Amino acid sequence: MSPRVTFPNKLLPYLLVAPQLAITLVFFYWPASQAIYQSTLREDPFGLDSAFVGIDNFRRVLADPNYVNSIQVTVIFSIATAVLAMAVAMFLAVMADKVVRGKGFYRTLMIWPYAVAPAIAGMLWLFMFNPSMGTFAYMLRSAGIYWDPLLNGPQAMFLVIVAAAWKQISYNFLFFVAGLQAIPKTLVEAAAIDGAGETKRFWTIIFPLLAPTTFFLLVINTTYAFFDTFGIIHAVTGGGPGKATETLVYKVYNDGFVNLILGESAAQSVILMVIVIALTAIQFRYVEKKVHYG
Amino acid sequence: MIGQSRISRIIAHLALILGILIVAFPIYYTFVASTHSLQTILRPPLPLLPGKEFFANYYQALFGGIGQIGGVNVWTLLLNSTIVALGIAVGKIVISILSAYAIVFFRFPGRMVFFWLIFITLMLPVEVRILPTYKVMVDLNLIDTYTGLIVPLIASATATLLFRQFFLTIPGELVEAARVDGAGPWRFFKDILLPLSATNIAALFVILFIYGWTQYLWPLLVTNRNDMNTIVIGLRKMISFADADTQWHLVMVTCILAIVPPVLVVVFMQRWFVRGLVETEK
Repeated sequence: MSPRVTFPNKLLPYLLVAPQLAITLVFFYWPASQAIYQSTLREDPFGLDSAFVGIDNFRRVLADPNYVNSIQVTVIFSIATAVLAMAVAMFLAVMADKVVRGKGFYRTLMIWPYAVAPAIAGMLWLFMFNPSMGTFAYMLRSAGIYWDPLLNGPQAMFLVIVAAAWKQISYNFLFFVAGLQAIPKTLVEAAAIDGAGETKRFWTIIFPLLAPTTFFLLVINTTYAFFDTFGIIHAVTGGGPGKATETLVYKVYNDGFVNLILGESAAQSVILMVIVIALTAIQFRYVEKKVHYG
Repeated sequence: MIGQSRISRIIAHLALILGILIVAFPIYYTFVASTHSLQTILRPPLPLLPGKEFFANYYQALFGGIGQIGGVNVWTLLLNSTIVALGIAVGKIVISILSAYAIVFFRFPGRMVFFWLIFITLMLPVEVRILPTYKVMVDLNLIDTYTGLIVPLIASATATLLFRQFFLTIPGELVEAARVDGAGPWRFFKDILLPLSATNIAALFVILFIYGWTQYLWPLLVTNRNDMNTIVIGLRKMISFADADTQWHLVMVTCILAIVPPVLVVVFMQRWFVRGLVETEK
């Protein structure tokens, strides 16, 4: 790229970046460094006394069966949410790609849940499925199925997964529709002339060509399931029953604000930061790769 | 298109209608619940069609005196949510367009350092550093203030990166022409850059407004007083599934009130929103 034409001012650029930089330093770098610092301390719950313990907090966190449990919960929750949300969205997008009339109409109705807060999404589903007054819980009971997500771990998990995936369908749908539009129609038509049926065309042409979009969405959905779903879990199950739906982010919150185990909560924050950085790095590698596909 | 039968199109329509039923049903059902009396809601199954209590319920929720949600009425909560969502959207756009402008159109010592300092924050969502950030809030006396609700969330690299990418596509000749004609940095920004960025700003506004409106963890932490709650948090406080006193019909009305404003923003600004979302987040 040729050198850009710029303005010669000396002081102005500093003034322009100052607001963002100030906020970033106060609310990002300072707290992040505090988290790292605190993760090496053990503090009593009243904050009166603290001692340097090195990596002891990390060792304790990683050896804690509850933490291992919450890793498992997070992995199951994230994979199930991402797969469910993406599969439904991809199916609907492929269908939307086929129709000629009414595309805009379908899209308008499909993007609603994007605007719904995760916590409210959770409440909507809990309203329909809660054992005392939910209509669907009533139907399940009438059908002879024992249903009580407030007491049964796997059912609680199922409920939060469905709520989390539901909210994410619209987002994925928009991206899949855009991805499908980028696939040259000539390829699909050529295959059709050669006698490939619709199913075959989907699996041999459309699905592979959608791979970049799918992979991008996989990263986004995983990040969403990791972090943005705190509201769903807090509003629907509160991590329970037992610890059946306690994800990593929920545990950081619970240990830090409810149980006041500051050092270990900070150590968990640092572990989470490492996970996020890894996810972001994967995402960027992918962005580079995508250039090759054109 | 070749190879596509009429029947497969009809199947596609049916599948989409079924999909929309699933996607829209929870919202529709909440609306239905908001038009029934408390007794009807508590006796499942709930009818599939709206009831007769629409006006009664909405009137009671909106004007039925104070004290619905911990002594605070719905208007305060809606106002708080609106202030927070607008504050985050506008604040983020303003600070990131300024810093992107500086990074792209000026050469100054430390430019790349600043860029990386901002860029790295892309990797640190507020969820992973809640406790220390909360402590900063306490130290700065920002608990229960709009500043505390808004400012920590407006610093993020996403918008800055987006504007930077867009600015890099603006040809240097344009800058040169403006300078030859005697335009200073401010004039260039105001008369050329802002109009060119209008679409991006609109798209970003929608995305950020939704982001602000749907925040949960942060408002939960930095507000103690009920009259500083956003509507999402207020709603959470209204609900107790174990408690027989929960006014479910009013909860449902509040749910609808919390959902409608962001949905309207998305639906009415759909064109920019979809373009912005699909183009920017790659």
